[in-house]
Amino acid sequence: MTAQTEPAQAPDLLYSQAEEDLRSAVRSLLADRADAPTVLAGIESDTPYDLRLWESLASGIGAAGLLVPEELGGQGATHREAAVVLEELGRSVAPAPYLTSAVVATEILLALGGEDGPAVELLGELAAGRKVAVLVLPFATAPADGAAAMTGTLERTVTGVAEAEAADVLLVPTAEGLYAVEAGGDGVAVQPLVPLDLTRPLATVSLSGASGIRLAEAGPSAAAVGAGLLTGAGLLASEQLGLAEWCLTETVRHTRERHQFNRPVGSFQSLKHRMAQLWLEVVSARAAARNAADALAAGSPDAPLAVAVAQAYCSGVAVHAAEECVQLHGGIGMTWEHPAHLYLKRAKADSIAYGTAGRHRDSVAGLVELPAP
Amino acid sequence: MSADLDAARIRSLTQQLLAAHPPATTGRTDFLKARFDAGLAWVHYPVGLGGLDAPRSLQPVVDAGLAAAGAPDNDPRRIGIGLGMAAPTLLGFGTDEQKQRFLRPLWVGEEVWCQLFSEPGAGSDLAALGTRAVRDGGDWVVDGQKVWTSSAHVARWAILIARTDPDVPKHRGISYFICDMTDPGVEVRPLRQITGEAEFNEVFLTGVRIPDSRRLGQVGDGWKVAQTTLMNERVSIGGARIPREGGMIGTVAKTWREKPALRTHDLHQRLLTLWVEAEVARLTGERLRQQLVAGQPGPEGSGMKLAFARLNQEISGLEVELLGEEGLLYSDWTMRRPELVDFTGRDAGYRYLRSKGNSIEGGTSEVLLNIVAERVLGLPVEPRNDKDVAWKDLAR
Repeated sequence: MTAQTEPAQAPDLLYSQAEEDLRSAVRSLLADRADAPTVLAGIESDTPYDLRLWESLASGIGAAGLLVPEELGGQGATHREAAVVLEELGRSVAPAPYLTSAVVATEILLALGGEDGPAVELLGELAAGRKVAVLVLPFATAPADGAAAMTGTLERTVTGVAEAEAADVLLVPTAEGLYAVEAGGDGVAVQPLVPLDLTRPLATVSLSGASGIRLAEAGPSAAAVGAGLLTGAGLLASEQLGLAEWCLTETVRHTRERHQFNRPVGSFQSLKHRMAQLWLEVVSARAAARNAADALAAGSPDAPLAVAVAQAYCSGVAVHAAEECVQLHGGIGMTWEHPAHLYLKRAKADSIAYGTAGRHRDSVAGLVELPAP
Repeated sequence: MSADLDAARIRSLTQQLLAAHPPATTGRTDFLKARFDAGLAWVHYPVGLGGLDAPRSLQPVVDAGLAAAGAPDNDPRRIGIGLGMAAPTLLGFGTDEQKQRFLRPLWVGEEVWCQLFSEPGAGSDLAALGTRAVRDGGDWVVDGQKVWTSSAHVARWAILIARTDPDVPKHRGISYFICDMTDPGVEVRPLRQITGEAEFNEVFLTGVRIPDSRRLGQVGDGWKVAQTTLMNERVSIGGARIPREGGMIGTVAKTWREKPALRTHDLHQRLLTLWVEAEVARLTGERLRQQLVAGQPGPEGSGMKLAFARLNQEISGLEVELLGEEGLLYSDWTMRRPELVDFTGRDAGYRYLRSKGNSIEGGTSEVLLNIVAERVLGLPVEPRNDKDVAWKDLAR
């Protein structure tokens, strides 16, 4: 794929009616069970995850199985639908291991292929929402580094693993291939870290004398892990889009209501221009995120570029939106009680997850033949 | 709209046109006239005025069929103001006589149009314009000065807004006219720009007589009529997909690939950032196009011009820098009066200078940000002190 070639078929960048229906269902669930005070209270408790919320999302709505074919126990939908779920999760920043388990781990198991065996069995469990699995690599790992991660043995310590605490099964890359390890098994320690983003817990996973089932040999495992990370990076753009939209909507609402100098602060041109600029970025981020989701859904050869472009762009938009949200809220935006900080922390952490914008620009350079000096 | 107007029917009408007027043996203007009369000029226009009352989304069917047959087009770049601004306004507000008289030669390209809107004292605040039109029997007598008029030196007609009542607030005392550019009172002078060229003109109007039959809309309703014109100016995004690297970024990328000696790390990072932004802008335009085709136009169009203005400026700025020693040179400062507006042609220095106009022409980026903030985001308007004041009492 070079810059001059692109798919003959235009990507579908719109939302279908079914996608909008799914959005409504997820949004009303999150409004019901994960409003800002609830999320804030939850992250300060010992149990950041709301298990009932996860059950409703994963099995009630069936969101956990969107990527999985019906014959394997899933919904037989695509990345386009999963992206819509992530937009809503980004809008709410509710802790839920959706991106890590229902997207990345699920994509890895799908990529391993086959019609039976432990990987397919686990896939069914994930799709039904009965189990959660996470990939044991640092959350910052870029798709381009997936293959290099296939080193070492089951004796290892990995830091910065996202949502390991929520996992029933750990997917561990080794030089011999990918292993599935029971998170509660002997020789497995999951030690929570103090994360910048309180809504997405991180942990150090230590394996010592643990046993697991090898799902595939090194070659296919490396390809599967790469596919999982690529999908994770691509759909993270939709989470970033949803997050940015929330920040813009709330900032507009606040500045329309807040009065200073006997007028709404949102009537001052210096603020209006900043919000209008942000709107333009959100509109652009939507096109980039939909393009990535559609390319992944279609299995397009353009997917690596679509994902790299979406991540290179949407990371910055989410951070910018959250930073503007804090600033344009004034003093209240700096308080713990206002949810803006949850979005700022999520946005900043997301900008590192699955590779920074800079790493993805490097990928673009390779894909479109714009080499470094 | 007739129910049987689907893509197949349009395709068949296109083939009938090609059979009756083979492009190989038909003169360009004759073919275009025949196309107009067949209703295939702009299918969403009414029957008899170049259209078929068909959905706009069927136009690409015609265009594809004609392009495949090697038929001539009406060179839309040369008649952009006529097609994009005058025509929709004529359609929306013209009398039957006006539509019959003007639309066909406009579309065929026999008559070029220009736009007499902006004035030295009325740029972003266009409604403050001071060109006067005074009723004299069956005519209006127009005096004033217009500016930034592209194509004025080749135009046969102009859409003109002028003040017909100075005693009411500015938005209410304007009327909309069709001005004959060959009238002896019309003087067109080139306006040289920072590129060295004179792509625009100043137009001086001195005692220009316009018959009342060339008024569009009611007396005093000119601002409302002009809104139609201006809205179409910003929504004139075509039906075609923009290819990847289709704009200015393609030129820089080509230079980067062909001249490794020019590469530096700093330029590389900036190039990649702009490449990504240009690709995202392309996708945003594509998404807007898909929304229009699906009949769900969104407010996104207001943002596209903002995005492209900034990108063009940054990309062309990078290109001049990338070229190094060559970037110190300029092709030619000779004063010319080009017939076409050219954003991407010539050398990097020209592109850099010309793109400075992208954030000014057709609404400054600052005004467009206000429009997005107020009309899309619903933010409160700034307090205004000009809405209820008679035009003659405004500060000037």
